[in-house]
Amino acid sequence: MANSFFRFFRRGAAAQQEHSAQTTEAGTRRSSGLGELTRLLKGAEGLAVLDLGPTSPANITHFTELGHRVYNEDVLLLSQNPEYRSSSEPGGIDVDRFFKENLVFRNVKFDAVLCWDIPDYLAEPLVKPMIERIASVLNPKGYLLAFFHTKDAGPDAPYYRYHIHGADTLRLQHGPQFRLQRIFNNRHIENLFHDYASLKFFLARDNVREVLVVR
Amino acid sequence: MDNFRPGESRTDVAHIGKSVVIKGELSGSEDLYLDGEVEGSIELRDHSLTIGPNGHVRANINAKEVIVQGKVEGNISGTDRVELRKSAVQVGDIATQRIVIEDGAYFKGGIDIRKDKDQTPRRETSPAHTQTSTPVTQVATPPSSPLPAAPVSSTRG
Repeated sequence: MANSFFRFFRRGAAAQQEHSAQTTEAGTRRSSGLGELTRLLKGAEGLAVLDLGPTSPANITHFTELGHRVYNEDVLLLSQNPEYRSSSEPGGIDVDRFFKENLVFRNVKFDAVLCWDIPDYLAEPLVKPMIERIASVLNPKGYLLAFFHTKDAGPDAPYYRYHIHGADTLRLQHGPQFRLQRIFNNRHIENLFHDYASLKFFLARDNVREVLVVR
Repeated sequence: MDNFRPGESRTDVAHIGKSVVIKGELSGSEDLYLDGEVEGSIELRDHSLTIGPNGHVRANINAKEVIVQGKVEGNISGTDRVELRKSAVQVGDIATQRIVIEDGAYFKGGIDIRKDKDQTPRRETSPAHTQTSTPVTQVATPPSSPLPAAPVSSTRG
């Protein structure tokens, strides 16, 4: 699989670099969810933080400077690997193989997970298993921060990379053109996180609903 | 393509070209520029390793300083510093005192920042110049547009 990953990534990286040259900043946004997470983690040191978005130097800087360990796994990019396509599987994706090879963490449990808006863009068969997998590697009382679109902005709704720019501020950068797959309403979100202890919603005015989930 | 940084001299650095494939244990006591393929392990305890853009390493790496421009599958231990350039693809954990990651680099794994032996703080005030991890490719930040949010919570028993 490693070779196939690098073959895939050779294409992906080339496209990413080509795209990177064209990427533009999309402004900053205040994130109440991030602000709350920052407040809850304040004073702690040596926590394990998992970032499921594209590799962000800013996010790595932010958490390592606070004395935490940072893990990064770009789930959305990995899910695009053609190796996981399977015409015989529901949804066209070999879910078992995907989770056998990704989001596998031995000897580590996380205290916080940055999920961003990945569930909105991830292929349907992967969403629930991903949330379940995260639950299995999240410490009790651990936190997960996720964003959800509140109205259907269409399949071409821009996908952003989120860079932490302060305690409650994110710098947005246009990312690769992933397709918005769905819109979750509150009940869908509560069902998605039914294995978790609590959810706290933050309703923003930019059609994004932030959710801070406690394991 | 010249991948050496200013101040580096080719004569000071051992060079493995892009057509070279090595399987086994690679160790040495001088700086190394690696643009070929290595499968096994790399041990350059007190020296630096630069993996060129054509370099493809499937090995655990132990060196004083590691600069990645190519692809690495394995854990990197850089006692002093690890740098992932924008073309880097790193799959594996990184343990080091200081890390620099350029925007565009791909990283899948964990980062463990080890404290200096003398416990000297290495933090600087500006994120653009931090030695812990630096987004080298800085992009201008447009004016902030704060969007206040109202919290609504639900708790399960």
